[in-house]
Amino acid sequence: MTDELPKTDLAADAHPAAGQPLLRIEGVAKTFGTFRAVDGVSLDIKAGEFFALLGPSGCGKTTLLRMLAGFEAPDEGRILLDGKDIAQALPHERPINMMFQNYALFPHLSVRDNIAFGLKRAGLARTEIATRVAEMVALVKLEGLEKRKPDQLSGGQRQRVALARALARRPKLLLLDEPLAALDKKLRENTQGELMELQRRLGMTFIIVTHDQEEAMTMADRIGVMKSGKLAQVAPPRELYEAPRSRWIAEFVGDINLFDGESKLRDGHRLVIGTRDAGTLVVAEPREPVGAGRFAVAIRPEKIKLSRRGPVSEAGHETTLNRLDGVIADICYLGGSTTYKVKLETGGMVQASVANSARLDVDAYSLNQHVVAWFTPDDCVVLPS
Amino acid sequence: MRKLSRLSRFNIASLALGLAFLYLPILILVIYSFNASRLVTVWGGWSLRWYHEFFGDRAMIEAAWMSFRVAVSSASIATLLGTLAAVALSRGEGFRGRTLFSGMLYAPLVMPEVITGLSLLLLFVALNAERGFWTVTIAHTTLTMCFVAVVVQSRLGSLDRSLEEAAMDLGCNPVRAFVAVTLPLIAPAIVAGWMLAFTLSLDDLVIASFTTGPGSATLPIRIYSEVRLGVKPEINAICTLVIGLIAGVIVIASLASKLSSSQAESAAPL
Amino acid sequence: MSSRRIFARPARFAAIAPYLWMVLFFLVPFGFVLKIGLSQTAIAQPPYEPVFDLTAGWEALKTAFAALSIDNFKLLASDDIYVFAYVRSLTVALTATALLLVIGYPIAYGMARLPKRWQAVAMVLVIVPFWTSFLIRIYAWINILQHDGLLNQILLALHLVSQPVVWLSTDTAMYIGIVYSYLPFMILPLYATLAKMEPVLEEAASDLGAPPLQVFWLVTFPLSLPGVGAGVLLCFIPIVGEFVIPDLLAGSNSLMIGQTLWLEFFTNKDWPVASAAAIVLLVVLLVPLLLYERLQKRQLEQGR
Repeated sequence: MTDELPKTDLAADAHPAAGQPLLRIEGVAKTFGTFRAVDGVSLDIKAGEFFALLGPSGCGKTTLLRMLAGFEAPDEGRILLDGKDIAQALPHERPINMMFQNYALFPHLSVRDNIAFGLKRAGLARTEIATRVAEMVALVKLEGLEKRKPDQLSGGQRQRVALARALARRPKLLLLDEPLAALDKKLRENTQGELMELQRRLGMTFIIVTHDQEEAMTMADRIGVMKSGKLAQVAPPRELYEAPRSRWIAEFVGDINLFDGESKLRDGHRLVIGTRDAGTLVVAEPREPVGAGRFAVAIRPEKIKLSRRGPVSEAGHETTLNRLDGVIADICYLGGSTTYKVKLETGGMVQASVANSARLDVDAYSLNQHVVAWFTPDDCVVLPS
Repeated sequence: MRKLSRLSRFNIASLALGLAFLYLPILILVIYSFNASRLVTVWGGWSLRWYHEFFGDRAMIEAAWMSFRVAVSSASIATLLGTLAAVALSRGEGFRGRTLFSGMLYAPLVMPEVITGLSLLLLFVALNAERGFWTVTIAHTTLTMCFVAVVVQSRLGSLDRSLEEAAMDLGCNPVRAFVAVTLPLIAPAIVAGWMLAFTLSLDDLVIASFTTGPGSATLPIRIYSEVRLGVKPEINAICTLVIGLIAGVIVIASLASKLSSSQAESAAPL
Repeated sequence: MSSRRIFARPARFAAIAPYLWMVLFFLVPFGFVLKIGLSQTAIAQPPYEPVFDLTAGWEALKTAFAALSIDNFKLLASDDIYVFAYVRSLTVALTATALLLVIGYPIAYGMARLPKRWQAVAMVLVIVPFWTSFLIRIYAWINILQHDGLLNQILLALHLVSQPVVWLSTDTAMYIGIVYSYLPFMILPLYATLAKMEPVLEEAASDLGAPPLQVFWLVTFPLSLPGVGAGVLLCFIPIVGEFVIPDLLAGSNSLMIGQTLWLEFFTNKDWPVASAAAIVLLVVLLVPLLLYERLQKRQLEQGR
């Protein structure tokens, strides 16, 4: 949906005073009975940002979103939109719209009336409503389906109606609650691209809630990972993946090998850590200096290289590489890559992901074959245990 | 995410008022049945006087006994026929005369009782049947089997059909699959259907008035003729007893359905 | 699909007994009503003419048919009592159904908004009074509404009135009785549709800028229309033919059709006129009855 898009002034309202965040969440908390669903969350979101709230089910991300939309009132904290506290405002009073998880299309209204619903409430003139609806219909490519009822549409079409309906009022902030969860994989991937394209074109601010980390990684400028009602880390996708701040995040986002151990000595910018399962590992010192004590060493599977006899030794490098000997215990072919599980001589298990860069791979490893798994100190992340 | 109830003050108020409206009159009636005073309006202290009076009233006792017998027998026949009808409608797919069949089953639910009563009486007269216990029982069965059919059919409709298919996959023929799997699962609905049939029969005045003969009045017929003459404390006592009986039936039936549903759970994986 | 058909054949056998029963005791009796509605009144036992004698053969049947008359229907159409009774029945049923809808809707709505656990409790609480006898419930109101009944005592004690108000034998009392008796029939279908409705639809409406009252009128109410239809029919049809409540609570100066039918039958022993009245009542109710049948069928047989 790129070139043929009509010119719109949808983005007109979306730019607040420069420098100030569009949305500021300050110490927001919400308790249901004895269950603290959201526990003191603070977050700034800039205008034009595509922000993702990621977390396992029950982590409070949906509750936080519902507080932004106005369906729940926070027990503590403030929600500032353009500097105004809207925490206690009712949903229909907020310049925020939401795209609901299962779309929540009104089954008794046609596509056109669904999209026009919010515009009519805003008291726009009939002609204005008609123009805007036409604009929206074109934007999400639903031409010709205006008179259909929601139950006469496919899943993908319904998703588009929900999007058009939420965008029609030109909200300052669009909330998307698991917007793609009901679509099948192929359609989901296409729609991800379309949503990003749309958001960039309109310059609008999107907050999406998802439990699908790939979705969050693909679409968002920044991701906030939630755990037990708290924000565990807020970072751009790459930082979240390569520099997770805690062991929990490292395990939650993507696959990872973790080795628990104790720091033995410091050697310049290198730490030497003795682990139980993988022997002694040399790792790069983390940016924030750490003292002695217990650590976990984390390495992503695709950072681990496998070879039959170990890395080609180059003078000066050899000492700083980590070499782990073992045998192939399990092979999992995934198409684009293959994941090998290597049983180490030191007792542990390590996962390595190898790209299948050739169609006929004569060098593929087989079960029980002896291999060397190796990686550089910079590929490791040291996490507090 | 936990589901939030969005109860407003208006919701609570309308619920409370509605329930008060439904229960207060009955409560007042029950309390006044223990009033020692003959004057319904004066509270003369607690007393079982009117219950004694009722148990001394032979005609009333006979009417109550008649009603009870009619209710038990018509409810039992109605439960059998109604369950069969429900099975036929929900599992029979299309068969000849199905529309007529379902029409005949749903119509009596709302059909004014004067019409049902009158038409049945004319039938009995034409057949030259002696009117009394059996004619009332047949009339009540005709009415209440429709209620049983609806209750059981809605349960059958919500049942997971793959359970029956699983039973057949494991070697049951359709009838056995029904008996071993479906029947235990719809047992609570069948019990509820019997209960409904029982109370509807106990309750009915109009159809019984048409179809009964001289000398075999049911309890509602007797109560009705007394009530027409004005309020009598004895009636309060009888009504309280009937309410007590129905409450007892509800309690027993809900216990039974709890029991049978736990049996159903253990029978389900057969 | 094919595996489901396996059940069809034994299930059809199950239909035989209830089918025959309903034909004999529901369908055939209407034939008798029709026939006797077309007969002449006679002072005899049974009190009508002609009486079919199935043993007399075809010729006798033909003479019997020749003797049928529509006099009774002419009487119904010409006598004001009957015309008024029909008009009154329809007015009462319409008014009462409207009252029931207005009173029942907020209760059903409140129930549907309760937490799931409490919804089941509330439903039992609404159904239980329906299980206690109809007659007893009317009688309970007679207790309260009579001249020196509880209501008047309370009103007098609060000095809201200086003299006891006449409640019994008024239309007010009748409407109280009807609303009281039929309330569960209105609440339950309403509750069923409201409870099934996804609350997220109301949230979506308010998210799109609709204040609470608009949310109700634009989303909640239109989506509950099937329940409204069921509740309205479930109350309207039997109220038109209602006998007990107007007989015990309303005054005797204007009768509903159920009462006239009863009077003709039991007091005047005029069976043919009573049957003719029943036929007219049935014809009046035919459209709502068919609507109700369709609704009931859709609800029970569309299933999953």
